[in-house]
Parts: sequence; C-alpha cells; structure tokens
Amino acid sequence: MEKKLHLDQEKVKRGRTAAASIAEGVMEDISGKTTVAVERTILRLLGVDGIDVAEVPLPNVVVEKLHDEKALDKGVAHWVGRGILATGKDPQELCREVAEGKIDLLNQPEYSDEEVRKALEPYVRQGLEWVKEQRRRREKFLEQLGMGPKPLLYVIVATGDIYEDALQARSAAEQGADIVAVIRSTAQSLLDYVPYGATREGFGGTFATQENFRIMRQALDEVGEEVGRYIYLVNYCSGLCMPEIAAMGAIERLDMMLNDAMYGVLFRDINMRRTFIDQHFSRMINGYAGVIINTGEDNYLTTADAFEEAHTVLASQFINEQMGLSSGLREDQLGLGHAFEMDPEKEDGWLYEVAQAQMAREIFPNSPLKYMPPTKYMTGDIFRGHLMNGMFNLASVVTGQEIQLLGMLTEAIHTPYIHDRILSIDNARYVMNNTRSLGQEIFFREGGKIQTRAQEVLNKAVEMLEDIAELGLPEAIEEGWFAGISRSPFGGKGLEGVVEQGDKYFNPFLEEMEKEREGYRHAD
Amino acid sequence: MQIDEKRIRAYGDTFNDGMVQASFSLPVQHGPKGDEAARIIAGKMGLEDAEVVHSRDLGQGFSFYIVYGRLPAFVDLTQIQVSQVEVESMDYYEINRYIEENVGRPLVVVGACTGTDAHTMGLDAIMNMKGFAGEYGLERYPQFKTVNMGSQVPNEDLIAKAVEADADVILASQVVTQKNVHLENLTNLIELLEAENLRERFLLIVGGPRISHEMALELGFDAGFGPGTVPRQVATYIAQEIVRRQGEEGN
Repeated sequence: MEKKLHLDQEKVKRGRTAAASIAEGVMEDISGKTTVAVERTILRLLGVDGIDVAEVPLPNVVVEKLHDEKALDKGVAHWVGRGILATGKDPQELCREVAEGKIDLLNQPEYSDEEVRKALEPYVRQGLEWVKEQRRRREKFLEQLGMGPKPLLYVIVATGDIYEDALQARSAAEQGADIVAVIRSTAQSLLDYVPYGATREGFGGTFATQENFRIMRQALDEVGEEVGRYIYLVNYCSGLCMPEIAAMGAIERLDMMLNDAMYGVLFRDINMRRTFIDQHFSRMINGYAGVIINTGEDNYLTTADAFEEAHTVLASQFINEQMGLSSGLREDQLGLGHAFEMDPEKEDGWLYEVAQAQMAREIFPNSPLKYMPPTKYMTGDIFRGHLMNGMFNLASVVTGQEIQLLGMLTEAIHTPYIHDRILSIDNARYVMNNTRSLGQEIFFREGGKIQTRAQEVLNKAVEMLEDIAELGLPEAIEEGWFAGISRSPFGGKGLEGVVEQGDKYFNPFLEEMEKEREGYRHAD
Repeated sequence: MQIDEKRIRAYGDTFNDGMVQASFSLPVQHGPKGDEAARIIAGKMGLEDAEVVHSRDLGQGFSFYIVYGRLPAFVDLTQIQVSQVEVESMDYYEINRYIEENVGRPLVVVGACTGTDAHTMGLDAIMNMKGFAGEYGLERYPQFKTVNMGSQVPNEDLIAKAVEADADVILASQVVTQKNVHLENLTNLIELLEAENLRERFLLIVGGPRISHEMALELGFDAGFGPGTVPRQVATYIAQEIVRRQGEEGN
C-alpha cells in the first residue's frame, strides 16, 4: 500500500513500543488468575452443554458449586478429570449428574496430576479438533465461494426472533451484504450466564445462544452457496461471558467477534481484572478459531467529540493491537475500529475523517480496519442521513477500509426495517463501485490539511500512550483517560468471580493453544 | 393566493395538489403483481392517482415500493388546539447546562435493583454510560454523580449508601417480579425511609416495565417511569424537580 501521509515513522514506532509495554503490564496483572467464566468455558470446550431443571446452564451449575466451596483455585479441569477417573463417565454425563445432585465432585478419590490430565486428554483433543475442523470448513468455503470486494459490507439484524433474523439475513445477503451481525438483546453482556436454546423474543436484539448461532450459520451457509459468496457471521464477545461466547462461536463457526480490550470496563462497568482475564482466554480462542475480532473504538466518539478526541481512538487501536497480539491473534485477525462521527456542520470535516481513516490504514497496514457509520449526528431526517452514509462510504473506499458497517438512514428512529438495510447496501454499492480506484489515483498535498491533521493526531496519541505506559492502564482508566469515564480496579461487576490459581491449577485448552501458537511462530 | 385555513391540504408544487410520498415493503415476490398490490394499497391509504414510481426485489419473497399520490385529506387549522406538554424533555447538553446554572454542583444519584431482583437491564439502561436507545445513561452526564449498586440490593443497604454518598436522588428498579413481590419491596423501602426520618431528604424514583407514574405516587414515591423510558426523560425530571424544590426551600 502506498503511503500518502508521510507520517513520522519514529513516532509510530514509539506508539507501538508504549502500547506493548501497556499490554505487558496487563498480562502481568492477570497472570496466575482465573474466573468463573474461564472455567465455564473449559467445560463448554470439553463438550458440556444443556441446562438443569431450573434452566441454569450446566457449566454454571458445576462452576458455581465449586466456587461456593472455594475449590475453584484448582480449576474445573482438575475436578472433572478426577470425576471422570472415579466414575468412568464423560464430562457431559458427569456434569449432568453433578447438577442432579447424584455426584459430588469434591468427594472423589485423589489421583496424580498426570492421571487427571490423561483422563481429560481425549475430550480436550476432541474439542480442539472440532474447532480446527470448523476453521478448515471456513477456509474451504472461502476457497470455493470467495468473498465480496473490500470494503466488505456489514449489516445488522435485530428482530429478537432468531428465525426472523435468519430470513432478514438471507434477504440482505441476496442483495449484497457480505457480513451479518446479530445484535444482542439489551444488557446480555451483564448476564453471568449464556441463555440456552433457540430464542424468539429479545429486548432490542436477539439473545446470543449456541443454538441461535447454529441456526444463523446454517442460513448464511445456504444463502452463501446461492449467491456465490461466503457470508461472514458476527456476534458479541464481550461482557461477563466473554470467553464462553468465544468458545460457542468457535464451535459454531462464527467468523467475527466484537471483542474490545476496554469496552466492558468503560461502558458496561465490568470489573477490569475480570475483563482482562476473560478477554485473554477469549482472544486465545478467537485466534485459534481463525476469527477476526472487531474492536470498539467507535464507542469513545458517541459522546466525546470526534475531532477533539480523535487521538484516543488511535491510542486505543495501538493498545488493542498489542493486547491482541499478546493473546495469540495475528495482525490480519485484528479488525481495529474507528468511526465516521464528526459534526456534519464542520467545515472540511470530511477531510479530517479521511485523514483519520488513512492514518489508521497506514499505521496498521495488515489489519482489516472496521469502520463504523455516523450515529451521533443522525436525526429523523432520513434524507440527510442517507447522504451522510454516502459520504461515509466514500471516505471508506478512498482510504481502503476493509469492514464497513453500513449506516442506516433510519439510525435515529428504529432498528432497521428490511428495506432500510437494502437501501444502505444500494448506497454503498453505488458509491464504492463508482469510485473503486479513486484511492489509487489521488495523493494528498504535501503539508496540506489532511497530512497535517493526521500527524497532529498521531503526535497526541503517542504522547497519551507514553503517559499511560508510565502510569499503568488500570490507573489511566481510573483517572478517566478514555471516553472521560473513571473505573476503579476494585469496582464494577464480576470481581467476585475472579479466583487466584492454586498449585494444582491448569487450563488444558489454554496450554494447548499456547503450544500450537509457539509452533506456528517458529514455523513462520 | 389566499390560503384557506379551514382546508389545508398537503403541498407538492401547486396549492391543494395534496401530493405525498410513501415507501414500504410487502411480503410479495417482486413483479407486476407486486407493483399492482402496492398501487392498490396506496389507494386504500386514500391516495388518488397513486403511482408506483419505483419498486425493487428485496429477496426471500419481499419487495420494496415508493409511491406518490394525491391525498384528499385536509385539516381545519382554526379548530386545532395544542395542549402544552407538561415536562418538555431537555437534551443531554441542556440538562447539564441547566443543572450547572441552577444547582451549581453535580447531582448525586444512587440506584439499585432492590430486594430479590437480579435484572439490572432497566437500571443499566438509565444509569450506565452506554445508556439505551441511542441515549446516554446518567453516568455519562458530567452533572450527575452516579452510584450504580447493581442487583439484589437490600433496601437497608440502598438507604445506607444514599446517606453515605449524600445523594439527592434514589433510583429503585424492579424488573422481574413474581406474585407482586415488587409492591411489598417498594412499600418496604418507603417505610424504612420514613422510620429513619429520611423520606424528605431524597427525591425518590422507581422504574421498571410494570411501573406507572400513578402507581409510584400511590406507593409514596415522587415519580415512576415505565417501559420505553430513556435516560434523558429521567434526567430532565430530576433536574427540574430538584430546582423546583430548591425554589420552595428558598421561599
């Protein structure tokens, strides 16, 4: 890719170094700890699914029992391994009987660590093999069907009824959408369990459940074959069940996951330690499953001014990149986020949007950037909204963005109607097709508004990152450096679910994933 | 041309032409039959000379239509009475400015899902940074200092926290309730406050899908907010009510 902004590369390097040291600080902080969500995820990957008579998911029942008995420091794998040895049952059967009160995991004979690991091994291998199989299937689909031209067109469905979502998703794919996200029901991120089964009612969205994932995957595979493009499926790997959603997505072959480093902490008031531990495992799983994560920098700009606070977006992209890399994701799995949110009344505002988008493109050349549409200045004036979305699409195609979340003309009014979605696809296809090569034809004037703006934003972001590296990320968050929100390391939801690992603790999946990642690195 | 205020019709480019546009989708295959269906529907909407100017396939047996037509409907402007809305909801910036100018310090709001209720989505929709329906929660307002205590908070703890934080407002949320346990719980909150002589110290608000303003007043709260409430409405109410009370104290 041609560099047009002539950014100070020394500054870029400094930004990256500072972000790497910030990520390192976080990794140190979380090492030796696990959470109830991580342990539930281990059960899910071992094949445990289903609910008890009170409709509580089995992974919750089992992990909560262990947590109540203060036995989680050994890790759920340890207890289940012993249970398998003692009873000869597989993890699913074992957990069902634990839930029924027929088996007490804490009351089983002792076995050596080696025996315990060996008992689990076939289930661990089975779980990982399935994820790999899904990854191979995706690769095969992509090989056979290919995908649409970039920027890929990303639309959302949000009816609350998974079957109606599937219908709307098929319609959107037929009309040109490349990526479909199923918006989650309001505040699902704050539930400390994953609902079960197909759901037909939600609040402002549809519950993320494994069955819903499967239904949507099947619909998109079918319509993908019809239209001759592989259609990507997206959900939200955030909140108190972050790694569980990652595991369910890996099992059901989701292709993208919203998975930001700080979103839950800032915008959902989830405890930061809980978030960072959950996040590390969730990202390891996403990395292993070949999932592209989408980060959430756009959220900073929904109230903070997009012009004034542009550097916080870049700073967060640097942090998300380094934290992603340290959790096993590759650069091409990092859908770093940003948004087209400047005041449309601002003179030359579009130039500054282009400066920001081009800057992100040049600083993260191997990452598929995720570009979010205008929301803050969208009103009931759907005609103006449609035009703003056109300007957004133009900025995207000119700067080589890759994942384009399409703006809806009715953004400020309601969740998209079936034709709103199609109108937004028409808008994007028209603008992008009509100007496909414009980016290759234009240069930015030396020392002009666009170059100057980009360099200014970079300078401020690097300054901010170096200050954070010195202070530490939790402290910076506590001082309200991101989106003006202050969160304390000991506040927020979910801290009670964080557990110090004891000597016997092990997470067989994390270990295997790390091992394979090392192998992959050496093979490079 | 004199406008006849007794017979106002929609305007396209000639007085009284009644021109309007509409767009909609039908669960019908795209084609001549679909176009005709759309034209007939437009006719049933009351449009005369309805014309389908554009239609397209939406896939999966759906199609989209844009229609124009003449709307014979008219209104008598002289007969229209507009009643003033009691509380004009202010926006994010107006609310912050209003508090800054009229109170001069951020207002402290303590919120909780009280009693057995574990469902915080209502409370979070109003209080959390991210908010609800594109509206930011109270936490985002520089002029609100918020404490969100989360779910299953005993009434005693909620009151203790409100006293400790020197709160102006207590926000109680009740989402899922069985056998009207929320009524007992909310009554209990009022009783506890009255027993400790704290009732008048706080602006007391309750919210939830089964809460109405009327019922809240009956229970002894200052206000109740039901389903579909956005943070801005609660914020406006709090700001205006606190300022009103300040005025009363001053008198």
